[in-house]
Amino acid sequence: MATQVKAVALISGGLDSMLAAKVVMEQGVHVEGVNFFTGFCVEGHTHAIRKRRGAKPKRNNALWVAEQLGVKLHIIDVVEEYKKVLLQPKHGYGQHLNPCLDCKIFMVNKALAWGFMQDGGFDFIITGEVIGQRPKSQRKATMPVIARESGAEDRLLRPLCALNLEPTLPEREGWVRRDELFGFEGRSRKPQMELAKRFGFTEWSQPAGGCCFLTDAQYSRKLTDLWRAHGHRNYELDDIMLLKVGRHIRPAPHFKLIVSREEGENRYLEGYRKRFTTLKSISHEGPLCLVDGQPGPGDIALAARVVARYGQGRNAPVVTVAAEEADGRRRELRVAPLTPPEIPVAWHV
Amino acid sequence: MSEAAEVLDVRGLLCPLPVIRAQDRIAGLVPGALLDVLATDPGTLQDVPAWCRVHGHQLVETQSCGGEIRIRIKVQ
Ligand code: SF4
Repeated sequence: MATQVKAVALISGGLDSMLAAKVVMEQGVHVEGVNFFTGFCVEGHTHAIRKRRGAKPKRNNALWVAEQLGVKLHIIDVVEEYKKVLLQPKHGYGQHLNPCLDCKIFMVNKALAWGFMQDGGFDFIITGEVIGQRPKSQRKATMPVIARESGAEDRLLRPLCALNLEPTLPEREGWVRRDELFGFEGRSRKPQMELAKRFGFTEWSQPAGGCCFLTDAQYSRKLTDLWRAHGHRNYELDDIMLLKVGRHIRPAPHFKLIVSREEGENRYLEGYRKRFTTLKSISHEGPLCLVDGQPGPGDIALAARVVARYGQGRNAPVVTVAAEEADGRRRELRVAPLTPPEIPVAWHV
Repeated sequence: MSEAAEVLDVRGLLCPLPVIRAQDRIAGLVPGALLDVLATDPGTLQDVPAWCRVHGHQLVETQSCGGEIRIRIKVQ
């Protein structure tokens, strides 16, 4: 009996990687998916933080795709290793802080390494890349760079655009039939839609922009601000998680306020009470606020006035705000809420 | 009396971390073993069962009470 050929598919949760895996499965290859958690993923966290009430929590799209395909999905925590990718990208950044090319190289390399470590090993890697789909990272010239620098070389198969590239090992070895692969190119999504229809897929997620927060202008601005304030570019998971939550207001270089925008965020920020000074209006309903940095005594009074502005007491002459330090020490401040013009646009990170 | 189960405490973590931690713990368990996942993120109510389905593990029961979630998995 011939040995079963096995492939690892990078599954992002979007349509392209779903189709790529399916194309190869249709050829009788055993496929398992991997999905990487960098800390910047749009999946999961933010859905969990915001709008908890009412709407049911959003599904994890990568898991959902795996279920549709009937494949195992291994979700891998790469938060620590990813720092090097983000902080020193050999190929630089895209439009914002997205190091897409280095990120792809990293992920293909991790998928390869993961496959090697499994019993019996895996024969090749599948991605949903399409030439010309993304201006910087998915160009014809970057395809061989990813293959080479990831170490996958010709064990990297892109079923959706394989016909526009040289035959890879799986094709040459006859593990997959090249004439059943595709030659998609460019930004049009039409060929993908048609293929999805052919496979009977009626639903898929379409993350706007990309698979992670690093393609987001506002998020990238907040991250740059964080690095500037910290005086270095390193970060912890909590740092980058908090950038996804609340309004970020920096009245001065040495401190920043993170003000929740709704109940889900309030609850999430509650979990940080023992690590930050927190502010909350007690005379009126209002948001929870974390104070990040090294605020002086006068700064807390100013912060309290900002917090009061975002609560129900915004039009009241005086609002009482409780300030609690990380060690539990608590005091109350009676302050006049700032008016909107008193909060300069430049304070909003 | 309920059978003895291993406990994985992922309270305070947000998805997909609870799923990742459960997956990594289960990798070291033998078939038939029970794992109780304690979580607070409501996303786990959706993601942990989905992960169990794709890996063929059995979801024994799910309890959610006062913001605390307990999901019992039987390793297959
Ligand atoms: S959008 Fe984010 S996750 Fe996707 S390739 Fe670019 S950096 Fe990586």
